[in-house]
Amino acid sequence: MANTSYRTCPRSGLQFEAHAEKLMIANAVTAVVFLLIGGILAIGIALTRWPAIHWLQADTFYMVLTAHGIDMLIFWIIFFEIAILYFCSSTLLRCRIATPNIAWAAFALMLIGAVMNNLAVFDGGSSVMMTSYVPMMAAPSFYAGLILFAVGALIACFVFFGTLVIAKRDKTYQGSVPLVTFGAITAAIIAVFTIASGAIILIPTYLMAIGWVKEVDPLIYRTIWWAFGHSSQQINVAAHISVWYLVAAVAFGAKPMSERVSRSAFLLYILFLQLASAHHLLADPGLSTGWKVVNTSYFMYFAVLASMIHGLTIPGAMEVAQRQKGFTKGLFEWLRKAPWSNPTFSGVFISIIGFGFLGGISGVMMGTEQLNMIIHNTIYVPGHFHATVVVGTTLTFMALTYYLIPVLFRREMILPKLAQWQPYLFGFSMYFFCLVMMGAGTLGVSRRHWDMAFQGHALAYEWPGAAYLMMGLVGIAGIAAIVSGGFYILITVGSLLFGKRLDTGNVSPKFTPIPRTAPTVAVQTTGSMGFAAPGTFSLAMVFLLAFILYYFINWKYLSTLWGLS
Amino acid sequence: MSAILPPAERLWYRHPIDRVEGTWIAIALIWCLVMFAMMVGWHVWGKQNLSTETYRTTPEKFTAKAQAVVDKYTVRTETADNTPVVAPPPGSDVYMIARLWSFWPIIELEKGKTYKLHLTSLDYNHGFSLQPANINIQIVPGFEHVITVTPNQAGTYSVVCNEFCGINHHTMVGRLYVK
Repeated sequence: MANTSYRTCPRSGLQFEAHAEKLMIANAVTAVVFLLIGGILAIGIALTRWPAIHWLQADTFYMVLTAHGIDMLIFWIIFFEIAILYFCSSTLLRCRIATPNIAWAAFALMLIGAVMNNLAVFDGGSSVMMTSYVPMMAAPSFYAGLILFAVGALIACFVFFGTLVIAKRDKTYQGSVPLVTFGAITAAIIAVFTIASGAIILIPTYLMAIGWVKEVDPLIYRTIWWAFGHSSQQINVAAHISVWYLVAAVAFGAKPMSERVSRSAFLLYILFLQLASAHHLLADPGLSTGWKVVNTSYFMYFAVLASMIHGLTIPGAMEVAQRQKGFTKGLFEWLRKAPWSNPTFSGVFISIIGFGFLGGISGVMMGTEQLNMIIHNTIYVPGHFHATVVVGTTLTFMALTYYLIPVLFRREMILPKLAQWQPYLFGFSMYFFCLVMMGAGTLGVSRRHWDMAFQGHALAYEWPGAAYLMMGLVGIAGIAAIVSGGFYILITVGSLLFGKRLDTGNVSPKFTPIPRTAPTVAVQTTGSMGFAAPGTFSLAMVFLLAFILYYFINWKYLSTLWGLS
Repeated sequence: MSAILPPAERLWYRHPIDRVEGTWIAIALIWCLVMFAMMVGWHVWGKQNLSTETYRTTPEKFTAKAQAVVDKYTVRTETADNTPVVAPPPGSDVYMIARLWSFWPIIELEKGKTYKLHLTSLDYNHGFSLQPANINIQIVPGFEHVITVTPNQAGTYSVVCNEFCGINHHTMVGRLYVK
């Protein structure tokens, strides 16, 4: 494995190994292609659920909704995450990537699987939604595509683990891996569990589709499918939080407030996140109260705790770095003087706030056994996960792309002014989109529903006017978000095709190990002695207040319902 | 030095904790415990808890039981399909069948009285979404879910299916009256 070279980027100082670099580019570009497809599909959904327009026919709508969910939640995000895994191992640890040929095979499997699944969906016979609950069946190639994709992703995870081993063996670094790599390891470990769960349930379902297995129990399917479906979103959480730490480091030179706190919080994810998938089954028959409560409170809250910790330590690290640069006036000078015109920073900051306030708080509501009854399967649910997955993960990956265009792709970004605005346009239209969706959900509007007017039905239910208003706003906000998401694709693809080529930097046949970091004064003084980030702490208090208030408002709402026992 | 470089101290778990972090962790942990207590406490003092009483069932078995109740307590029929409206006495068992793409029969209950509502699906997963009360329960085929309900407001309620169940999912809507 000698035929490789190492390029040191003159703009960032990062070292890219030739094979790893090509693999990252291939995975990231494929990811963006799926984002584009998913984005185009989103137009159909937004314009159909906007009651005044009600654009697509019912069968097309359900097909488009199925494809949108899978392309966005699985293909766009996981392709991008594989690129991040390679970046966090090979690039951050300055070593060669393990078994590049196998990594390419993994990429090919993922691509074939993704295309196969898409073809099955667009063929029309597999409009079963992303969840594909049995006994509703899709075409065999629908499941086969997902299985191939999962196998490819699993292999890619092992390439990542192998790369860690190579770095350790070649002594490219000393001591522990960087925090960002640590977070990526968390993501990869969760990915292995996730993919295993997916295999356990999708393989029998595939066999059922081709007639070899007679029945897959619907409740067992739901239980195991969610260990896959929910956990796959936890890969995203671990991955995008790692990117938040990365951006704090590159935009501010910020270092973690405490390695111990941040790493322990990542460990909590590994231990508790998967069990939280139980909250998808709170409205189901057949599962005991004890099982529901233990999984969603005891276990889920440790994961919630971990997210609340990251939510503090990342802005906190930025604040500490800014204060060291002299922005010490008042509580918030550090924030006012942040690089708001740098889309990498602004994207991540908008993502952190939206993920916490909109995605985090609503997630805990849905995950509370009794409160789930006023939310289950309403459009509140997509409202929640667009806040976590789109505002959280997608926006973060967009922000990271702006950093990577000159560094990894060696191109000057085209339309820099538009890029400056893009995170704000996309972020704020998504905020609004999520809020009105949750509003409509609070009024009971169903998710995955083609016609809220029940036209021509003798028993039609008439939703309150406010619900129609909210759904109209969902349509408008959705279109705004799609357009600003389109700007991202325009900027990225445009830069890759037409951006000015930037110099490669020094290429050497051997890696340069990471120099040993000398313990600095800063390391020794950021300690238990101070109250280093008062601004972040007050923001956290605002968050907590909003959380508590909204939590008890929901209980109040619940207490007015019919008696149920 | 930074999050993208190895930590300066070899042993990251000895890195000190800032007071901002320590305080926040303590507050967050307490809040998590409060939420845990709320969930458990509501089972003791709250009036809205989803029953977990469930039995395995088959379409034939469940349909037979539902038919028996319909035969006994139908008070009138509604709509062009002559859907029976069933008004069983308070305290009794009442059955609702979810299937592609309807809820059957229509149920009539009395305000403030308690009933045992049995739900199942004869085919795919369906959703029981009672509007405008906004009570949402999953219906899984093969499982008979028995829920004790006490309506607290008179009116005309709709049961909207909110679990995707195929091409006519959006036409699946039923009715429930509370007198």
